[in-house]
Amino acid sequence: MKDGKIQMAHGSGGKMSHDLIAQVMVPAFSNEILAEMHDAAAVTIGGARLAFTTDSYVVKPLFFSGGDIGKLAVCGTVNDLAMSGAKPLYLSAGFVIEEGFSIADLQRVTESMRAAAAEAGVFIVTGDTKVVERGAVDGLFINTAGVGEKLTATNISASQARVGQDIILSGFLGDHAIAVMSERHGLVLPAEIASDCAPLGGLVGEMLAAVPQIAVLRDPTRGGLATTLNEIAKQANVGIILDEEKIPVRQEVQAVCAILGFDPLYLANEGKMVVFVEQEYTERLLAVMRLHSYGREAKVIGKVTDQPVGQVGMRTLIGGIRLLDMLTGDQLPRIC
Amino acid sequence: MCLAVPGKVLSREDLMAVVDINGVQRQTSLMLLPEASIGEYVLVHAGFAIQTIDEEEARQTLALFKELEQYAENAG
Amino acid sequence: MPKMQAEEVRRTADLLVEQIHRLSERPLRFMEVCGTHTVAIFRAGIRQILPPEIELVSGPGCPVCVTPNQYLDTAIAYSRQQDVIIATFGDMLRVPGSSSSLQREKAEGADVRIVYSPLDAVAMAQAHPDRKVIFLAVGFETTAPTAAAAVLSAQKAGLKNFFVLSAHKLVPPALAALLQAPETKVDGFLLPGHVSAIIGIDAPYRFLTEQFHTPAVVAGFEPLEILRSVFMLLRQVQEGVPRLENAYGKVVRTDGNPVARKVLYSVYETAAAEWRGIGSLPGSGLAVKESYQAFDAVVQLPVTVEKTREPVGCRCGEVLRGVTTPANCPLFGKLCTPDHPVGSCMVSVEGSCAAWYKYGSGRWQL
Repeated sequence: MKDGKIQMAHGSGGKMSHDLIAQVMVPAFSNEILAEMHDAAAVTIGGARLAFTTDSYVVKPLFFSGGDIGKLAVCGTVNDLAMSGAKPLYLSAGFVIEEGFSIADLQRVTESMRAAAAEAGVFIVTGDTKVVERGAVDGLFINTAGVGEKLTATNISASQARVGQDIILSGFLGDHAIAVMSERHGLVLPAEIASDCAPLGGLVGEMLAAVPQIAVLRDPTRGGLATTLNEIAKQANVGIILDEEKIPVRQEVQAVCAILGFDPLYLANEGKMVVFVEQEYTERLLAVMRLHSYGREAKVIGKVTDQPVGQVGMRTLIGGIRLLDMLTGDQLPRIC
Repeated sequence: MCLAVPGKVLSREDLMAVVDINGVQRQTSLMLLPEASIGEYVLVHAGFAIQTIDEEEARQTLALFKELEQYAENAG
Repeated sequence: MPKMQAEEVRRTADLLVEQIHRLSERPLRFMEVCGTHTVAIFRAGIRQILPPEIELVSGPGCPVCVTPNQYLDTAIAYSRQQDVIIATFGDMLRVPGSSSSLQREKAEGADVRIVYSPLDAVAMAQAHPDRKVIFLAVGFETTAPTAAAAVLSAQKAGLKNFFVLSAHKLVPPALAALLQAPETKVDGFLLPGHVSAIIGIDAPYRFLTEQFHTPAVVAGFEPLEILRSVFMLLRQVQEGVPRLENAYGKVVRTDGNPVARKVLYSVYETAAAEWRGIGSLPGSGLAVKESYQAFDAVVQLPVTVEKTREPVGCRCGEVLRGVTTPANCPLFGKLCTPDHPVGSCMVSVEGSCAAWYKYGSGRWQL
């Protein structure tokens, strides 16, 4: 890695991203809180338990069906806080803008940030704006950081995954990735296929109020469901078995995957979550989730098992087992 | 070695067609399948229709699986 | 299109598997020629539900895997030229050449763009008249006609800045070469459905049964279609009468697609081709005809290419010939992983090594 150069796949959220973080970032910053490697860091300040997170947004195109970079920048950070069992409260917003960028477009972006923040019940309380020469960034990059208040009586962490727990997915996979990339490949989707980008803080609040025993919450963003579940299996030293038949993927998303040679299990989502919970709470939790517009399609997709430790398998429709590895590199459209 | 997906020809103009693949539409060249007609199912590879799909045969393939099923039920 | 419900699929699969178990009496080695079959087999977990006597081995039908280093080195050399845009299917981006890959060159600033269709590359040439667009024309009989059609389109549009770098390959000569090699042991072929959709059956494959007495079934890509094709191969073995059967009749006609072949052979002609791991085979590849030389990168854009080096210790060649399995390679999973592929079989999603790595050996048990 020393004499290497950064490649696109280092940012894909898959194995190469993990290696980069493990070899370059972690050794430099190493501390106890970072070592938890959670979506949001758990910090205690003057007795208050807080969740703290940051994320940068570099989506192309900036505007896509179902959202834009602004909505994404608010929802992504809100969701990282929510997934740690915190109530999202305050966000910062940093803009890096390319010289020549349209102010009207910038206003569209800030307006959707406002709307998303209002929906999520958070305030954008501080910010920064930088303008760089033409070509130094691609239009607009946004960074947001956020803090939230950890809900008491919850202990949510990937390491809480235990054998026998049910794995619930909140809805259809891959909508975001497909909505963002289709245009690039000349594919026209029906209007109802849009990015699932949404702030999940409200839904998570209701879920935790009903079932504080929830063990793990994660949003399968970059790298998709398969990568997220691999991370959890490795962190908790458990096995995971999914049921192919139960994995919800829209027919159109399936079609785009067939055309470009993608696998929906590795596509990014921006408004979905996986939940690990003891079986006795599954029904209650599903009932709560299905009442919420962001959890209407929630269902059990698999189980935590005692083996194979640290791995994820999927029982296929025809009764075989397929091993699901983490994403390697980016998924690239292929013809073979 | 070759990913190809079935889709239905929705419209055509000269040798370009709009093909619907399970709800997703794409411009598809008919240079390799100039006889394809609207309403027909074709196999799409790398932006080209490369063969028509015989719906009757497709049905027969399914029927064959069902036949196998009945056969086993009777045998069992 | 008619479709089966999940419950039906499961029951039918159970039945097919039951029949397959019933017919399996001795160890048999079937080769799925096509890499898309390899991926479909792993994704559906088919190896696992087959009886232990039946071994499915991956054949040479992964274009990325059989493309030699020399081709990649050439593409990389082009990509380093200022006025060149390399247009490629995503498949080729991560394939290592002798000392670099297109992905690495891209990180260094080369203009390498991924296309879904060869026509996208033609459009790119139209949009950038001041640049040379070189399309990496790889693939078998299914893909070669699309590249040929792109050349015809570029000609019609009067483009002077669209070129192809051809490494197209033909399936039947590779199968013949495999069967002639003494170490090859294959009891039956699952033939590539989409190649056959173009070349047809009978004539191109007749030698399999007539000369080599090897059972062969043209297979579709759905898990049930694959299981059914395995079942048909077993039935042939049991009956002792090798023949060529078509289990993908909805797409594969006896004469294939004559229009596609006409387009293909208007631009290309058969030529000797270098296969990674197999060597040079006469008449197994496609070269741009003299009359279309204006679009042939090799002729129009001479380039200095580094000296080709093959990776040390890599057993891709034997894997491609079906002589060994990925797990037998000393580099597999250690020095050679999908993140850091040494051999090309680890690069392509459909490469046998990548499939073995990603999906496990396929005999994964709970």
